[in-house]
Order: sequence, then C-alpha cells, then structure tokens
Amino acid sequence: MKKTIKKENSASEALIFSRPVSLIDVENHYCAGCGHGIVHRLICEVIDEFAIREKVIGVAPVGCAVIAYDYWDFDVAEAAHGRTPAVATGIKRMLPDRIVFSYQGDGDLAAIGTSEIIHTANRGENITVIFVNNGVYGMTGGQMAPTTLAGQKTSTTLSGRSLKRDGYPIKMLEMLAVLPGTKYAERVSVHSGQEVLRAKRAIKKAFKMQIDNKGFSIVEVLSMCPTYWDMTSIQSADRIKNEVTTFYPLGVIKSC
Amino acid sequence: MTGKVLMCGNEACGEGAILAGCKFYAGYPITPQNELTAYVAKRMNETGGVFLQAESELAAINMVFGASAAGARAMTSSSSPGISLKQEGISYLAGCELPCVVVNMQRGGPGLGNIAPSQADYFQAVKGGGHGDYKLIVLAPASVQELLEYTYLAFDLADKYRNPAFILGDGLLGQMMEPIQLSAVSSQLSVVSKPWALTGCKGRKPNIIRSLLLAEGALEEHNKKLQEKFKRMKESEVRVESFHLKDSEIVLVAYGSVARIAKATMENARSMGLRVGLIRPITLWPFPDDIIETMASRAKKFLVVEMSAGQMVEDVRLAVNGKAKVNFYGRMGGGIPTEDEILHEIEVFV
Repeated sequence: MKKTIKKENSASEALIFSRPVSLIDVENHYCAGCGHGIVHRLICEVIDEFAIREKVIGVAPVGCAVIAYDYWDFDVAEAAHGRTPAVATGIKRMLPDRIVFSYQGDGDLAAIGTSEIIHTANRGENITVIFVNNGVYGMTGGQMAPTTLAGQKTSTTLSGRSLKRDGYPIKMLEMLAVLPGTKYAERVSVHSGQEVLRAKRAIKKAFKMQIDNKGFSIVEVLSMCPTYWDMTSIQSADRIKNEVTTFYPLGVIKSC
Repeated sequence: MTGKVLMCGNEACGEGAILAGCKFYAGYPITPQNELTAYVAKRMNETGGVFLQAESELAAINMVFGASAAGARAMTSSSSPGISLKQEGISYLAGCELPCVVVNMQRGGPGLGNIAPSQADYFQAVKGGGHGDYKLIVLAPASVQELLEYTYLAFDLADKYRNPAFILGDGLLGQMMEPIQLSAVSSQLSVVSKPWALTGCKGRKPNIIRSLLLAEGALEEHNKKLQEKFKRMKESEVRVESFHLKDSEIVLVAYGSVARIAKATMENARSMGLRVGLIRPITLWPFPDDIIETMASRAKKFLVVEMSAGQMVEDVRLAVNGKAKVNFYGRMGGGIPTEDEILHEIEVFV
C-alpha cells in the first residue's frame, strides 16, 4: 500500500490506506459480508504495486463476480461458465508479455470448468488464477457447489450435503498440485485482517510467478457468503476459521 | 510454397488460413478433418503462429475466443459432433462481436453417426446453432481450390464485420486431393485495426469484451445493433454461381460437393436435350434469395439436391414463395447422390 502524506489547512494527517488506482470508485453489487470485494481489492493492490495495470488482462467468470469488469480499471474479457482458463490461454498465447489472470468461483472452476482448469495447469500456461471458494452458487440462489462441506445446508441440499447422495467436497488445489505444470498453489482466506494480509502476499507471489515466467500459479481464497450460509458476517468469518479451514487447510500447497 | 500443388481439401483449408495471417489455431481430433489439424500444427510451427491441441472442443473454441479478444486472427475446425460442442462458444463470439473462422467438415449424423460425408448440419450453420439471435456468414466451397480461397476470404469477412465466419464443407471435400493454385489468394494481407482488442490499457481507457448486458434495454439495443450488422451482411455478401439459367425449365439447386455432382448431371441432361440449369449458393447465409425468386417466375420447376433429409430446400421454398414447384432429392447418413439418381429425378419431374 502506498503511503502518502496529505496536508489539509492547519491539520496534517497521514493517509495510510487508500483505494487502489486499479479499483474503480463505484459501489459494488456484492452482499454485505461477502468476500469478493476484498479479493477484488487485493488483486488491484498487487497490480498497482507491480505497476502493471496497463499490461494486465483479466478474465471474469460466470458467477457472483460476473461483472468484475465494472470494478476493475484495466482490460477484461468475459468468458462462458468454466471456460475462463481457456479464454485466458488464448489471450496469453497471443500476448505473452502481458499479465493475464482469471478470476473464478467454485462452480466455475470446480464444477463446469474442471476440464479447462486441469488442462490449463497441466500445459503450464503462464497465467495466474484467483479461485474464490465460498462453497455455494451465490449468483443463482445458493445451490450446492462441488466445494460445499458435508452436512452443509444449501437450496439443493435442504437437509445438508449427503456424502452418499452428493459425493465429497472437492479439494481442487491438492488435485492441481500433483500436475508438473502447476508451479505455485496456495490456499488463503479473507475471514480476518491477518488472513487478508496473508491472502495478499499469496496473490502477490502468484502474480510474481507469472511476471518471472515461472508458469501456472493459483491462489484459492476461502470466502464468506453470509447470504447463502444464512449467517451474519461475523458468524460467517467464524465459520471459515472453525469449520471450513479444518477441511480446506490454509497454506502453501505447492511452490516451485 | 508457390505455384500449383497437390493437396487434400483439409490441407488447402489450413493453407488458406495461414496465408490469411491466422496466428492462432486450437482444435481437437475428429475424423474427417484430422489432416487440417495436423497441417496447421506443422504450418504454425513454420510461420511463428500458435497451434494448440485443446482438451476438448469447448476449450478449443474458447481459446479462439481469447486469441480473438487479444486481436489475433484465430481459427478452429472440427466435424459435426465437435461443432455441436462449439456452439456455446460461437454464440459468445457472436455476442461479443469477436471475429474468428470456424470450419465444419460435416460427417453423417445424428449422434456419433459415421465418418462419411454429409450436409445435415446446414440448419445448425445457417439458422443460428447456438443460443440467441445471431448469424454467421457461411461459405460453402465446392473444390479444394475453393477451400483455400474461401478460408482466406472468411478471415477478411470475419474482421470486416467483427463476427465469426463459417466454412461448411464435408468429409468428401476435406479428404479429396486436387491440384490447386496457391497464388490465387493475395499475398497482401488486408490490415484491419482492432481498437477494441484487449492488449493492456496503455494510453487508452480499458477495453471490456462482454456479451452480458443487464441494464434495462441494453441487451435489446445490442441486439438491434447486431441485426443492423446482419442486414449489412445480407446486402453485401451474397455469393452465388449459376449455369444455363436463361433457357432452363428445371433448375437444380445444390451446394458444396453435391453442386459438382449436380453440375455434371446438368451437363449430361443438356446433352440429352433436357433444359436443365443450376444455382449453386456459395454463401448459405446470406442465402441467394433474389436469384431464386427471379428464376421462380421463369423456370417453374426446382430440384434441390442435398446430402441430408432436406434442409436447404426449406430456404429455396421460402425464396420461391409458392411461385414454382420445388422437389427434393436427398441421401442421408453418408450416402452421396449419384448422377444417375439425380438424372432420374429430373426425368420424373419433367
């Protein structure tokens, strides 16, 4: 974060926190307590710090972040649901000196787009993937996601996710980490100030990997969905800390 | 490569793309278009372009979406079942106004069908294929030479209109070999500026490629703009070839490889004293309605021949609009109409 000193009349105050240049100053559509806004901001802070705004190309998903381009002040493409890494591949292959990232939710990346994410990682595409995992389909009304925890109630698992009926929550990063093409994989969370700082370091590292031409990097961000978890913002943050991270452990899963 | 060379249709199609400055190709193996994928893989390597064997048809068309969004000339190809998979991406490309070229070397269907030639994907190609109101310029070459020339042309048309252009061939055209003249296409590439492309926002405002328009009325406005564009295509891009229309009593209508069989039949029939002509649509969309409508008041009899259960015949009937009798002869599932069969249909019709 940039530190700037702003002087106003007689009073002087230190401005230690400001909106990243890459983040457009508009109201966003996310629900109260949602993690997407934090993740958007972290990406923009990292882009500002690397001074790469003019060479970044983002790919927005289908899901709650479908209009991420309304908030990001750089070039962005939409992509069909789950095809986000394929679109990013086409862009990066044509413009290898630009910084290309995809932003995907758990439905986009871990359900309809499993094929694209696996093969993009396996080709070792030099792109960065930001994978926001909140365990539900938020945009469409809180249905079960591939990442929904066992027993978790959603609009399509009214009595909770049954492992027998619905299968197991999927750990995408652990799966992707076994691929030689994956060079960096870390799981972080945005449920507390401390974790947000760790999340930023991971996102920065992932972009750095791409800048240094190291290959495929991915950061999974555990994120709150108070609306479809039927919780308050505080309860949602606590749920990540106490429940979600026990199944999806935080930390670096792979770093080459 | 210069001068006259012997190539199969799939290779000529690939060479047309390379000569047109195609810099990105993604595809997935499927018969009968594998020679195209292999040829482009080799030529991209030689010309500094990118060839990617995708994990699926879905990935291939969406990689093309990305490459096109980045401003490159991009292409994918497949055969019928694979083209069905690409429809999602084609709809997005059309919605986002991204140029690209898609090639379908049709095979027998429905389902997995077989690997023999077919024209049963006509509806899919000219009526939309994917979701939403959109149109593609659909070119139907009838020879290996034309596969070279129309693939080259397809890139210019795609860029001109910021819309996917489509080559509708079939397994017969793709796999047969003929000598072709590479110099038939210009070595001077038409340079189209693409200020909308995603290249990083240095020195300009950010560009957004999107088809999602949620604001009230915005999508309707976007659709109106697209329809205006499709109208301009319809006005300017109709291509058709015709033979012996002045004195013909029966007009054959056929496209692609069937048009060649129809042409040979026409010549045979004329040598027998039958006044037969031929209309061969080169663009299947926009469809050459005008010439068919004009002929409908003169010829009175049309015989449409296809390798399908009867698809293009519906567009012929729309253009004829009840003014003449329209008969149909088709073979399906890999069957190819023979000259004898078509001649028999003519004789019965007369």
